Amino acid sequence: MQTLLFILRQTLSFSIPLLIVALGGTFSVRSGITNIGLEGMMVMGALTSISFVRMTQDNISSQNQLLVAIIISIIAGMLISLLHAFASVNLKADQIISGQAINTFAPAFSVFVSRIIFGEQIIVFNNTFRIDEIPLLSKIPIIGDIFFKDTYITTYLGIIIYLISSFVLFKTRFGLRLRACGEYPQAPDSVGINVSKMRYIGVLISGALCGLGGLVYVVPNSTNFNSTVFGYGFLAMAVMIFGQWHPTKILFASLFFGLLMTFSSTYSGIPFLVSLGIPSNYYKILPYAMTLIILVFNVSSSKEPAAAGKPFEKGMR
Amino acid sequence: MKRLLLNKGFNSFLASLVSVICGLIIGLVIMFIFNPQGAWDGFIIMIQGGFSDSARGIGNVLYYATSFILIGLSVSFSFQTGVFNIGAIGQFTIGSFVTIYVAHHGTWLPAPIQWLVAIICGGIVGALWGIIPGVMKAYKNVNEVISCIMMNYIAMYLVNQLIYDSLYDNSLVGTRYVPTTSLMPRVGLDKIFPGSSVNLGFFIALLVSVLVYILLYKTTFGFELRACGFNPNAAHYAGVNEKRNIVLVMIIAGFLAGLGGGILHLSSISKYYKISEVFLNETNYAIPIALLANTHPIGVIASGIFISYITVGGTLMQGQGFPVETVDMITAVIIYFAAFSLVFKQFFTRITTLKFNKANKKRIQ
Repeated sequence: MQTLLFILRQTLSFSIPLLIVALGGTFSVRSGITNIGLEGMMVMGALTSISFVRMTQDNISSQNQLLVAIIISIIAGMLISLLHAFASVNLKADQIISGQAINTFAPAFSVFVSRIIFGEQIIVFNNTFRIDEIPLLSKIPIIGDIFFKDTYITTYLGIIIYLISSFVLFKTRFGLRLRACGEYPQAPDSVGINVSKMRYIGVLISGALCGLGGLVYVVPNSTNFNSTVFGYGFLAMAVMIFGQWHPTKILFASLFFGLLMTFSSTYSGIPFLVSLGIPSNYYKILPYAMTLIILVFNVSSSKEPAAAGKPFEKGMR
Repeated sequence: MKRLLLNKGFNSFLASLVSVICGLIIGLVIMFIFNPQGAWDGFIIMIQGGFSDSARGIGNVLYYATSFILIGLSVSFSFQTGVFNIGAIGQFTIGSFVTIYVAHHGTWLPAPIQWLVAIICGGIVGALWGIIPGVMKAYKNVNEVISCIMMNYIAMYLVNQLIYDSLYDNSLVGTRYVPTTSLMPRVGLDKIFPGSSVNLGFFIALLVSVLVYILLYKTTFGFELRACGFNPNAAHYAGVNEKRNIVLVMIIAGFLAGLGGGILHLSSISKYYKISEVFLNETNYAIPIALLANTHPIGVIASGIFISYITVGGTLMQGQGFPVETVDMITAVIIYFAAFSLVFKQFFTRITTLKFNKANKKRIQ
C-alpha cells in the first residue's frame, strides 16, 4: 500500500507539468501556430521564478512566495513567446526555426544569467513549499492520502488549468474562434475575426502555461535549477500529439507518461522493480520507447489542426 | 554587378550575413546589460575567434568545424527533402559509441584502415538509427520530429548502458581512451597547426559536403528528393515514390551524422565518450548550422566554420567572466533572425530591382 501511494504521488508530480505544458502547446497549435519552443519557454519560466525564489527566500513566507513566483513564471513565458508570435504571425517566418531558436536561446541565457548573477550555474533554493496536510480533506480515505497530503499548490493549479482549458476551448465563443483559426483561417477572417490577433492570443497562452510548467516542473522535484528541464518540453509535445490536441485525452496521456517517468526515475524506491535486477538505464529508456510504440499504433487517426504551421495571409485561398 | 545582386545564392548569403550581424549586436547588448565592464573586451575576443590563439586556434576552428559540418549536413540534407531530421543528435551519439567500440575491438585490422572501418561502422549504425523514424514517417505517418526526439533519448541512455557493459573506465566515468593505432591520420595538419587536433576528418567533411551537393543538385535522384520537399503531392503525381525516398533520406542523413560522431571521437588521444544524461555538446549546433546555411550543403561548410570560429572565441572569452554559453545565446539570436531570411531576401530583391529599374529608365530617356 505504501509503495502504491508512493507511485501515485510521484506520478502526479511528474504528470502535472506535462499536462500544463501540453495544454499550452495545444492552445498554440489550435490557433494555427506550431510551437516547438515549449522546452525553451519552460526554461525561461523556471529561470525567472526560481531566481526570484532564491533572492527572496529569507524575506517572504513560503506560500506567498510561491504565488508570486507563479505569476513571474507566467509573465516570463509570455514575454519569450511574444518573440515566437511576432516571427510567425507578423513576419510569416518558418515556425519551426523560430521555435528552435527559443529552445537554443533559453538554456544558454539561463546559464549566462545564473553564472553572472549568482556566480554559479546551479541555482540552489530552499524548497519550503510542501503542504503537509490539508485539514478535513486529508481525512477522506485513499483520495485524501493521494491528493491532500504532502502536496503542492501547483498540483491543484494543474487540475484547475485542465478544467478551464477544456471549457474555454470547447464551450466558449473564444474557443470556437481559436479553433477555426487553426483549421481554416479564411473562414473566421471572412466574418471579420482578426486571425492575427487570435493567433497572438494562442501563442501567448501557450507561453504563459509553458513558463508556469517550467516552475511546476522544478518545484516539487528538486531544490535546485540547473538551466535545463531535461527534455520535458519535448516530452510534453509528444503528450500533446498523443492526446490529439484534446484536453481530456491530454490529461490521460500525461498521467500515462507520468507513470512511466515514475518508473524510470524512482524505480529504486519500488521494491518490485529493484528485484527484477534490470539496469536503471533501461527504465530511463522506457518512456521514450513506449512513446514511439504508441505513436505507431495511434497516429493513423491523427487530427492535427489543418492550418497549423502555415502562415496566414489575408485574401489567400 | 546586376547579375550578382539578383543572384539567388548571393541574396541568401546576404540574408544570412544580416542575421549574423543582428545576432552579434543583440548578443553584445545582452553582455552589456549583465556585465558592462567586461562586455566589450569579451566581445572582441569572441569576434577574433580562432585568430586570437595563433595557429593552434585556427587548427581548433577546423577541428570543431569537422563534426559541425557533418552533423549540420545531416540536418540540411533532410531539410531540403522535406524531412526534419532532429534525430541527427541521436545518430551522432550512437555513431560515436559504435566507432569507439569498433576502434577498440578492431585492433587486429591493418593499422592504416582501422579508423576507416571504425567511422564507416559508426555511419552505418547512425543510418540504421535513422531508418526507424524514416519508416515510421513514410508508412505510419508519424511526425518525424517527435519520433526523432524519442530516438535521441533512447540513443543516449542506451549508449550509457552499453558503455557500462563493455568499455567502462572507472576513473573517466566513460569509455576508455581510443587506441592510438586507430586515430584519424593527421596528414601533416599537426605540423601546420601545432597543438590542435585537426585531422584528415576535415577534408572528409568537405568532400562529403560536395558529394551531397552533387547528389542533391546534379542527379535525378536529388531532383526527386527536392521535389518531395517542395510539394510531396506534386512529386507523387509525377511518379516519385515519396515513401521510399523518405526512408532513403533518413538513411543518408543518419549516415552523415554517425560519421560526424565517429570522426570526432577518433581525433585525439585524449578523446573518450563520457557518460552523461545530457547530449554531446556538438549536437547542439546541428540545427543552427543547417538553418544558418539556408540548408544548402556548400553553405553548411561556411556556417560550420563560422560557428566553430566563434565557439573557439567563446572558450577564450571565459577569462573575461563570460560563460561559453554566451556563444550559444548569440547563435540562438542568429537563428531567430535566420527565420526572417525570407523577409530580408524580399527586401534586398526589392531594393536591387528598384535601383536597376531606375537606371534603365534613365538610360532610355
